[in-house]
Amino acid sequence: GLAGFGGLPGPARAETLEPNSWEDVTNYCNYYEFGTGKGDPAQYAGQLTTAPWSVKIDGMVERPGDYDFQQILGEMTLEERIYRFRCVEAWSMVVPWTGFELADLLALAGVKSEAKYVAFETLYRPSEMPGTAYRVLDWPYREGLRLDEAMHPLTLMATGIFGKDLPNQNGAPLRLVVPWKYGFKSIKSIVRITLTDKEPQTSWNMANAREYGFYSNVNPEVSHPRWSQASERRLGGGLFASRQDTLMFNGYGDEVASLYEGMDLAKFF
Amino acid sequence: MIDAINTALRRLPTWVLYLLGSLYPVWLLYLGMTGGLGADPVKALEHELGERALQLLILGLAVTPLRRFVGVNLIRFRRALGVLTFTYVALHLLVWLLLDVQIVSQILADIAKRPYITIGMAGFVLMVPLALTSNDASVKRLGRKWKRLHLLTYPAAFLGGLHYVMLAKGFQIEPLIYLTVIVVLLALRLFGFVVRSFVALRV
Repeated sequence: GLAGFGGLPGPARAETLEPNSWEDVTNYCNYYEFGTGKGDPAQYAGQLTTAPWSVKIDGMVERPGDYDFQQILGEMTLEERIYRFRCVEAWSMVVPWTGFELADLLALAGVKSEAKYVAFETLYRPSEMPGTAYRVLDWPYREGLRLDEAMHPLTLMATGIFGKDLPNQNGAPLRLVVPWKYGFKSIKSIVRITLTDKEPQTSWNMANAREYGFYSNVNPEVSHPRWSQASERRLGGGLFASRQDTLMFNGYGDEVASLYEGMDLAKFF
Repeated sequence: MIDAINTALRRLPTWVLYLLGSLYPVWLLYLGMTGGLGADPVKALEHELGERALQLLILGLAVTPLRRFVGVNLIRFRRALGVLTFTYVALHLLVWLLLDVQIVSQILADIAKRPYITIGMAGFVLMVPLALTSNDASVKRLGRKWKRLHLLTYPAAFLGGLHYVMLAKGFQIEPLIYLTVIVVLLALRLFGFVVRSFVALRV
């Protein structure tokens, strides 16, 4: 991988991006386990117990088991990454994450050579998650990446924002951040990571395969069936801000375009 | 109890409704410009106006059944409810056009290609002649035709409810509740119509 943050080329560098406010990032969230309103997670996620926390890593790994979150933290080197965050709903923010590369966590468990995909699961705990009373999605929330996407140095496991621990509404204590994909790929409050040789099922794809593909790379040329993805509302600019053009791979094309060489991105959307 | 409500309602001038109904969007605009609508004021304004329009629409549709089945008489306010519904739908559309999508080519493409937008636009278009004829002069001039024309309220209401259901992500309850209430209110009219025809035939 690239040597920490300094080694990342142009678009991923921090100084070019101005983060959104703490208020924006922590009060405007999609975390349907706490309700479908943007303010619901901030309002209801406080009751979520995030300590103790462990992540089950299983499937095609050398050392399967329950990994305690504090133990994981002890093994990892945290760094800050300021990324663009583009929601499939055509709004975007800039978030200063703290975290470590997913590749490092996977190395801890030892990925077997036959593994081709990584599947993730969010905590499903109805007693603390009022939104799960409704079957908005088929709980638990599931996501997945191809192994090369998971091993990419931009792919982050975030444990904090703005140098502080992740607030519950942002996916405490541990979430994925894949900056070149739509936000819903960046699964929150992870309790399970499974290495597999089959493309895993993912929640939004299960809910509506026509609208949400497995890859869900940010792509201004492939519209969502219900809205264009060519441009986005960059939050933080107020009521009269202009829309901005959406960038291919959310501006991380130099780093990740090679992962998809030869693929028809309109078909594998 | 019902009499007391009706007496109180009779004392309430309709201009109060128009005044409150016009102040509310101004208040929302003020909130949006001063950070009171959160991180995404454009969507907040757009959704709030849309949802309020649906609530006004439902209230307007409820006027007749409320009088018939409950005895509460809101008939004096029905025009105000209709005009305010149209105003909120028009403002909802304006926010979408000017503050949200902004780009003319994309607006046209959206209207043509995205069914939920096509349906929302169709609902709005159906409401235009209703808004234009919501005055005493038109009622007088159109006579019986006025009542026929205003039957357009029913398809417009249905399209509005459908528009909301179609834009939800995942399986969401709230839009379905709105659509159900609208469908029930429309069905009550159909039911009333069938009963009246049946009675007429018997007589």
